[in-house]
Amino acid sequence: MSNGNNLGDGYIEQKVVATGDDSNLMEINLGPQHPATHGVLRLLLHLDGETVVKCTPVIGYLHTGIEKTMENKTYLQALTCTDRIDYLGPMLNNLAYSLSVEKLFDLDVPPKAQWARVVLAELTRLNSHLVWVGTHAMDIGAMTMFFYSFREREVLLKIFEDCSGQRMMTSYIRPGGLYYELPSNFEKSVRNVLKTFPSRIDEYEDLLTNNKIFINRTKGIGYISAEDAINWGLSGPTLRGSGVNYDVRKAMPYSGYENFDFEVPLGVNCDVYDRYLCRVAEMRQSLKIIQQALDGIPEGPVRSENRKFSMPPKYEVLTSMEAMIHQFKLVAHGMIPPERGEAYAPIESGKGELGFYIVSDGTKKPYRVKVRPPCFINLSAIHKMVEGKLVADVISVIGSIDIVLGEIDR
Amino acid sequence: MDLIDIGITVGKVVIIFGALMGMVAYMTLFERRVIAFIQGRIGPNRVGFQGLLQPIADAVKLLFKEDVTPAGANKFLFAIAPMLSFIPTLLTIAVIPVAESSTIFGREVDWIISDINIGILFVLAVTAMEVYGIIIGGWASNSKYPLLGALRASAQMISYEVSLGLALVGLLMVTGTFSMTEIVAQQSSFLQWNIFKQPLGFLLFIIGAFAEVNRIPFDLPEAEAELVGGYNTEFSSMKFAMYFMGEYAAMISISAIMVTLYFGGWQGPILPSPIWFLLKVGAFLFTFVWVRGTLPRFRYDQLMRFGWLVLLPLALFNIFITGVIMVL
Repeated sequence: MSNGNNLGDGYIEQKVVATGDDSNLMEINLGPQHPATHGVLRLLLHLDGETVVKCTPVIGYLHTGIEKTMENKTYLQALTCTDRIDYLGPMLNNLAYSLSVEKLFDLDVPPKAQWARVVLAELTRLNSHLVWVGTHAMDIGAMTMFFYSFREREVLLKIFEDCSGQRMMTSYIRPGGLYYELPSNFEKSVRNVLKTFPSRIDEYEDLLTNNKIFINRTKGIGYISAEDAINWGLSGPTLRGSGVNYDVRKAMPYSGYENFDFEVPLGVNCDVYDRYLCRVAEMRQSLKIIQQALDGIPEGPVRSENRKFSMPPKYEVLTSMEAMIHQFKLVAHGMIPPERGEAYAPIESGKGELGFYIVSDGTKKPYRVKVRPPCFINLSAIHKMVEGKLVADVISVIGSIDIVLGEIDR
Repeated sequence: MDLIDIGITVGKVVIIFGALMGMVAYMTLFERRVIAFIQGRIGPNRVGFQGLLQPIADAVKLLFKEDVTPAGANKFLFAIAPMLSFIPTLLTIAVIPVAESSTIFGREVDWIISDINIGILFVLAVTAMEVYGIIIGGWASNSKYPLLGALRASAQMISYEVSLGLALVGLLMVTGTFSMTEIVAQQSSFLQWNIFKQPLGFLLFIIGAFAEVNRIPFDLPEAEAELVGGYNTEFSSMKFAMYFMGEYAAMISISAIMVTLYFGGWQGPILPSPIWFLLKVGAFLFTFVWVRGTLPRFRYDQLMRFGWLVLLPLALFNIFITGVIMVL
């Protein structure tokens, strides 16, 4: 496609590349019930033999109306919906939503919360990438990887559970800071992650990176040029695999990412293998960030002292009249935004640029919430990567763009 | 031939097939436990001691499942396809000597069901028939994924059959016989094993064997990530079970063939001969599971290219080298 900016008619513009007429093509539905589409994605494939001539994603099988639901909840309640969007990166969703709300409310975040957020966000990125590496490898046939990565993920989920009481639906990062003080064993368990994970990532690389079959299945597959990747609005490792240096953490630092020393791994060959290498390198960089953040975590409160928007601690409620009034107002009426307005604060989630665009009409509920879902936009370019390739390549490409259907359909 | 002879033959058939079927059943458990061990899990250990009754539970479950025949399927072919896939794998075991000959009722009994003098040819001919079960099953299902799986299977099995056969030619040149019994007899001591005479031939044979029984990394016909279940997608109940039993039986018989041809068959010191045979076969079965736990899957075209452009020339090269060495 020469004019890639024209996102809207992407599906119409796909050309039949095989010779001959369409009548010889086999129409096949890859999904919605299919073991390798990471959920209920349906790809309508037109095959010439086993060559994909045309690939049309059909989505909506997991549509839950999360955006609309959020508009019918108070700002704090809506946070719980964000866990369920990309259910593999709940803390990152919490963070993206909280940043937008904080921007809208002009809410401060205490330094300890900022640093803790970075640790949690990077742990979540690890979690997201672990699920990706497991499922991607399993789609290609290396089933053991799946269990290895889930074994490690369990450690991370335990940390989330210690923090929030929930393994997946954490709602831990909230507007104004964190929900609660970090658990006492937090530092110990995160240090344990830092100690064990590098060798575990080496183990994954032993199984995959130099595996001839894995390389055969991924190298040169799912090519998307840097230009196309930008034009289709790709983000995250899917974009960086094509060598475009765009990471929101570097480009528009948030939560104090400018204080940390880390690299943005870039691909060269724009293919599935380079996206794989990018993500694996990113896991190592995440560990590096966690190390720095954990070393420098300051003392202090984890929630904003702005009592108009941030819940006062319980002991204060019991002793102070004002605090009790604040608590009552916050629980009964929710956070009322200072003025009409809109806010958007993007973050780098595990999948790419994630942001919540929130429009406020001055009432306790958001007037409009629009998610910028990286998976949805990354998926929209799938036909560029698979057309002219084989069915087996569709599977490795789906794995390489790391989609979560909860985020695509919302 | 008197009554005792007939009785002995029937007894051999019952014992060897019984053992094979038992191994098929317990191979499923073995595979699940070993792969669980590789993956840091426990595996099925609830039904009976250490899950030993699991295969029975599985069989009962599959028997009681509804047997669905999809609308538009060719009913006759749909029904016989699983059998076509299952029966040839059982037949191959008939020409494999499984133990030392022993004396029963004053008669010398060879522990081989049928000691034909063209055992290897019989094996090649019969294993080649397995592909019919798969392609007929895929076609008769009248469904797209099974059809793709069946097409892949037929192309794959035919290609690898060629290398498999050619890999054996080198062995035949060395041994000078088609008879399984004689080949075993020739490998009477450890150093006389054919693996040392035909290392490249064995390598080619084991690769071909993986492709022949559709195991990872060559399990393209049933690549569950791409083709959902491949040729067996539409099959249910015992028909489905038959395909699976066929796959496991094929794995066992090809392991038995490898043991017989390259690793001295049932021969070994101290332990009784059937035990040696089982141990050697078990080592190969473990290798099948181990590889499954480790490697990803090839892509279809890569598999074909590998078969025709790497394995086939290597097999021819092996024949050439064997010939040169024999002449010198």
